[in-house]
Parts: sequence; C-alpha cells; structure tokens
Amino acid sequence: MRFESMHDELRDGVRAVCEKFDGPYWRGLEPDGYPTDFVDALTAAGYLAALIPEEYGGGGATLTEASVILEEIAASGGNPSACHAQMYIMGTLLRHGSEPQKRDYLPRIASGELRLQAFGVTEPGAGSETTRIRTRAERTADGWRINGQKIWTSRAMHSDLMLLLARTTPYEQCAKPTDGLSTFLFDMRDLPGLTIKPIPTMMNHNTTEVFFDDVVIPPAALVGEEGRGFRYILDGMNAERILIASECIGDGRFVLERAIAYANEREVFGRPIGANQGVQFPLARAYAQLRAADLVRFEAARLYDAGEKCAEEANMAKFLASEASWAAVNAALDTHGGFGFAVEYDIERKFRETRLYQVAPINNNLVLAYLGQHVLGLPKSY
Amino acid sequence: MKVAVCVKQVPDTWAEKRLRAEDSLLDRESADGVMNELDEYAVEQALQIVEAAGGEVVVVSMGPERAAETVRKALSMGADSGIHVVDDALRGSDAIATATALAAALKGRDFDLIVFGSESTDARMSVVPAMVAEILGIAQLTFAQKVLVDGSAVTIERVTDYGFDTVTASTPAVISVVEKINEPRYPSFKGIMAAKKKPVETIGLAELSLDPGVVGSRASWSVVADFSARPAKAAGVVVSDAGDGGVKIADFLAEQKFI
Ligand SMILES: Cc1cc2nc3c(=O)[nH]c(=O)nc-3n(C[C@H](O)[C@H](O)[C@H](O)COP(=O)(O)OP(=O)(O)OC[C@H]3O[C@@H](n4cnc5c(N)ncnc54)[C@H](O)[C@@H]3O)c2cc1C
Repeated sequence: MRFESMHDELRDGVRAVCEKFDGPYWRGLEPDGYPTDFVDALTAAGYLAALIPEEYGGGGATLTEASVILEEIAASGGNPSACHAQMYIMGTLLRHGSEPQKRDYLPRIASGELRLQAFGVTEPGAGSETTRIRTRAERTADGWRINGQKIWTSRAMHSDLMLLLARTTPYEQCAKPTDGLSTFLFDMRDLPGLTIKPIPTMMNHNTTEVFFDDVVIPPAALVGEEGRGFRYILDGMNAERILIASECIGDGRFVLERAIAYANEREVFGRPIGANQGVQFPLARAYAQLRAADLVRFEAARLYDAGEKCAEEANMAKFLASEASWAAVNAALDTHGGFGFAVEYDIERKFRETRLYQVAPINNNLVLAYLGQHVLGLPKSY
Repeated sequence: MKVAVCVKQVPDTWAEKRLRAEDSLLDRESADGVMNELDEYAVEQALQIVEAAGGEVVVVSMGPERAAETVRKALSMGADSGIHVVDDALRGSDAIATATALAAALKGRDFDLIVFGSESTDARMSVVPAMVAEILGIAQLTFAQKVLVDGSAVTIERVTDYGFDTVTASTPAVISVVEKINEPRYPSFKGIMAAKKKPVETIGLAELSLDPGVVGSRASWSVVADFSARPAKAAGVVVSDAGDGGVKIADFLAEQKFI
C-alpha cells in the first residue's frame, strides 16, 4: 500500500510512542477507560503540543504535521479521539485568545500540566443547528454566570480546561441567529455547580453530559469579543475537518493492512480467500477511496497552512475520508469472516470507532449541504 | 565532554532477511532499515552523559546512502551533529574492516568517549567496539550495564555470566552498552523538527585517507562461502510422566547441553 510518504521521520517518531500501546492495551480500556498512560507518553514526547507555537513551549507545527500525528496514531491501531480535541480547539485559542490567556494556558498545556480536551458546543436541543443552543452566560459583578446543559461533551472527565460556546444574548433578541454567542475558556476542575455525567456509548469515547447550575467563571474566561463566539468556532472547523479526515485515513490504513494480510493467508477451498473477487474488490475499492481522500486531505492542509481559503477542501476531505474508512472497515470485517467479530482482532473495535466520523463532529449530510449550497450554488435547505 | 556514539542501520528486526545469491551479502534492500536496537541505548547513554557533564554528542554511522535515516534518528533523539561514512568500496566489510573505517572516522577528533551498542541484530558478533578501541589504542569498557563519569575517570559495571565486574579507565575510552543500562527516549516532536537542521558530514574513503584495499569484501578476513535456509522446525519431544518425568527432562536438557 502506498500512502503519502511525506513526513517519514515524523511518522516513525509517532509510531515509536504508539508501539507500546498495542491492541491489548486499547482493548483493555473498553468500554470506557481513558488511555492516561498513552496521553502522557504522547504529551511527554511533545506531540500533543505540536500546534502550540514555540514561544509558548510547543512544537510550532503546521496543520499538515499535526494531521500526520493523528493519522499515525490511528494507523497504529490506537484511538486518537482520546486526545484529538486539544489539536482541534487550538486554532480558536491561538487566533482569538488574548495574550494573557495564551501566556497563562499554553505553556502549561504544552508541558502536560493542563489538558485542554473538552469542547462544549452541542446541546440536547441543538446539534447540527448550533445557533439554537440555550446555555446562557450572563455577565455579573465577578465574571460570568452560566446556566444550561451540554451533551456529548467528550473527555470532560479527563480535561482540566473547557472551551464553551454559550449564548450571551437570547436567540430572539439577535438580528442574526449567529449573533449573541460567545466563547469561554476556563478551568473546569472543582467548579461549584458543574456536574458531569458519562454517557455510555457504542465505542470508547468518554463522552458526557455537562450540567451548569449557576456556575461562575472569571471575567478573563471570555475569548475574544462578546457575541462573536460562533465565528470563532466556525473558524476552527476547517482544522477540525482536516484532522478528522486524517484520523479516518489512519483507521482505513490499519484495517486494510490487517485485511490484506488475512486475505493472503486464510485459505478456504484450497486457495487464499483474497483470490476471490468478492473479497478482493471491496478491499481494492476501499483502498482507492482512501487514497483519493488522502490527496484531498493533504491539499486541504496545504491551503490551510498557506492561510488560504480551504472550507471546500476541508469539508470534502472529511466527507471522503469518513466514507472511505467506513468502506475499508466494512470490507475488513467481511474479509475476516466470523473472526472479524472476535474482539481480539481489533476490527470490530475500529468498526465502531471509525463509524462515528460520518456523524460527528459534523454529520456528512451537513457537509453535503455545505458543498451543495455554498460551493455549487444550489438552493438552501436551512 | 565530547562523546561519539556509533550507530548502525540494520534490517528491521522483525522482517524476513535474505542473503543475495550473487555475493552472499545481506540484501539490505529487502527489508526496511532501522537503527540497531542496542544502538538506541547507546545514544541514550551518550545523551545522558552529556546532559550531566556538558558537551556534545556526535553520531557516527558507516553504511549505505540510506543509513542517513539512522543518523537523522539519533539527531532527533538529541545528538548534536552527525558523521556518515559512505563509500561503495566499504560494501561487504567484515568486523575488522568496519572497525578500521570507523576508527579512521573517529581518529583525531578528540572524542573523550565513544559509545556503542554491544552488538548488532544482523551480525551479532559484539567485536567492533573492542576492535575500534584496539586500533585507536584507547581503553575499552565493554558490556556496560551502568556507566559513571567522574571527570576523566569512567567506571562501568561490565555484565558477566555470573554478575558484573566494576571496571574503571580514564578517557579517552570506548564503551559498549547492554540493554539493561537505560530506557531510550523517543524522538520528540521538537527533536524531529530540529534534526532536519543539524549538520551531518558525509565522508568517503578519500576524506579518511583510507586505502580501498583495507576495507570492503576483498579486505575482509571472513567471507560467507555458502549459506542455506534454516531447516524447518522439527516436532518437539513429548515426555510423558510415569513418575520419572523429571529425570527424563533433566537428561534431555543435559543432552542438549543446556545444563
Ligand atoms: C461520540 C460523540 C462525541 C461527540 N463529541 C462532542 C464534543 O466533544 N463536543 C460537542 O460539542 N459535540 C460533540 N458531539 C456532538 C456532535 O457534534 C453532534 O452529534 C452532531 O453535530 C450532530 O448533531 P445531533 O446529534 O444533534 O444530530 P441532529 O442535528 O439532530 O441531526 C440528526 C440527523 O438529521 C440530519 N439532518 C439535520 N438537518 C439536516 C439538513 N438540513 N439536511 C440533511 N440532513 C439533516 C443529520 O444529518 C442527522 O443525520 C459528539 C457526538 C458523539 C456521538
């Protein structure tokens, strides 16, 4: 299999860390254990701080390099979702955070003293339609008072900091639905009034519900200007799409590699099962899909790193890669026959893990709607 | 303190290795190249010595073009600069020829310590460090499981079959390390990025003033005359215990010279 061979040394470096965290390690964490040792090792070697600028103690990486890091974790069989948010969210903090916020948080995130893994946007009544969120942040004499509820706030139990999107002006009072939303960054540990409830899910994702009951956070928690939070979040979305695409490509590489080995080795009716087109073609098809997604992902990352517009490419990369990794894992499951369902092959785990990315962080329907309406100029559905 | 660490690129330990039919040399193209595992411990040790005593670590490797990857890896772990000895005439060098070339590359550069892994996973002879020390006329502290540097005195614990000996020498000296000695660090993200900018000197026999006649396959004392694949595993011996199982197993082990 040939994939983009750029960044060989970086790939080897990530693989060296991942080597100790093998299939049994990840399986052992099921259903909801957090890979603390893995995250610590990755942090110690500087990979999780890759996107933090060097002046704050980080690696000063490009998004392309960051995407390679997450891809290799997935391609090693690991699950980068345990720590990807730190990379997804970083753009919002870097571009819109104040200098004191950056000085306060970034060096400590880079050193591993603080984890920034929780990103609270979705609510029970607002998923795809983000502007419908109702969690309120009200200015008080001593900061901001927050009331409301978030859902699917992943890793909230394993994060020190949270990036939160909340309404500072009610929906009805805004000229546009995207107005009146603000972004906050704060230390979420031991905050009175904040309750976290894990949600058991199909895969190990440490996702939760977070309840805010008169939670008070300091004035300095506001990121950028009040009321412009939606734009700040949108701004980070392209990076998130590209990084998700990379994880999917890593997943796809992992399962294809396993499936190809198995198809060459397993003999039925006196020949390797891979000789049968019914086994071979789905793998070949998935490979072609993955390669195509990989190229679009690198193109999107290149544009992002050059500071050029990349929403179209980033969305396409996320769409193509999540479809391709799904095709790959589905073909890998078929290839493995009954054994694919045995936990120890890691195929069923990847089957569950990679399926998520067609749905979250954004549903592929919404990606298609973006392409249809913003790129192709078709009529709007929302 | 100026510390050299010698590293070798070897075929991936887990890959199936092949010898080439035409000259019985290892087919280095047939498998991915990786840094010899014990050399990672050597790099780690060199870095630790310099972190404690100050100075610099220079990584030295003899090998074909692509051994440059292995030099880069040591640089990404933290070594400061590299020397890559590459020359077609070196192909097929045995241990003595290799030691000759390495010694020529190391000579005259004022190294206080030269650190090696104690063996390579492809040749497994464990003699190059001692040979280099001999050619350079300096002390050899081999099979170290612990190294202590105190000024110009270097003390190691040398692993033996029964325990260890404590051996001290003064610098300059050659050290070879065993895997008990440390836990090699991962190349960090910053290390990998920084390694791209670190200087690597690429030199051939001309720069070393070495006569091509003293290295390579023709100068080698040992040559592979013939080779054959390892015979397939035969079925094992099953000992059934009729009260005398222990004795039978002891006999078996004695016969195989395990005890
Ligand atoms: C495991 C997991 C982890 C998550 N982690 C986080 C997190 O850390 N932080 C966070 O904020 N959120 C998180 N999410 C939430 C995720 O971003 C949302 O689930 C996602 O945005 C979809 O929202 P929803 O579930 O409310 O679906 P809905 O918005 O209710 O949509 C339901 C279905 O209707 C379709 N649909 C809706 N409108 C249209 C339309 N106009 N055209 C076509 N189809 C449409 C959607 O595509 C989807 O198929 C996570 C979700 C999961 C499952």
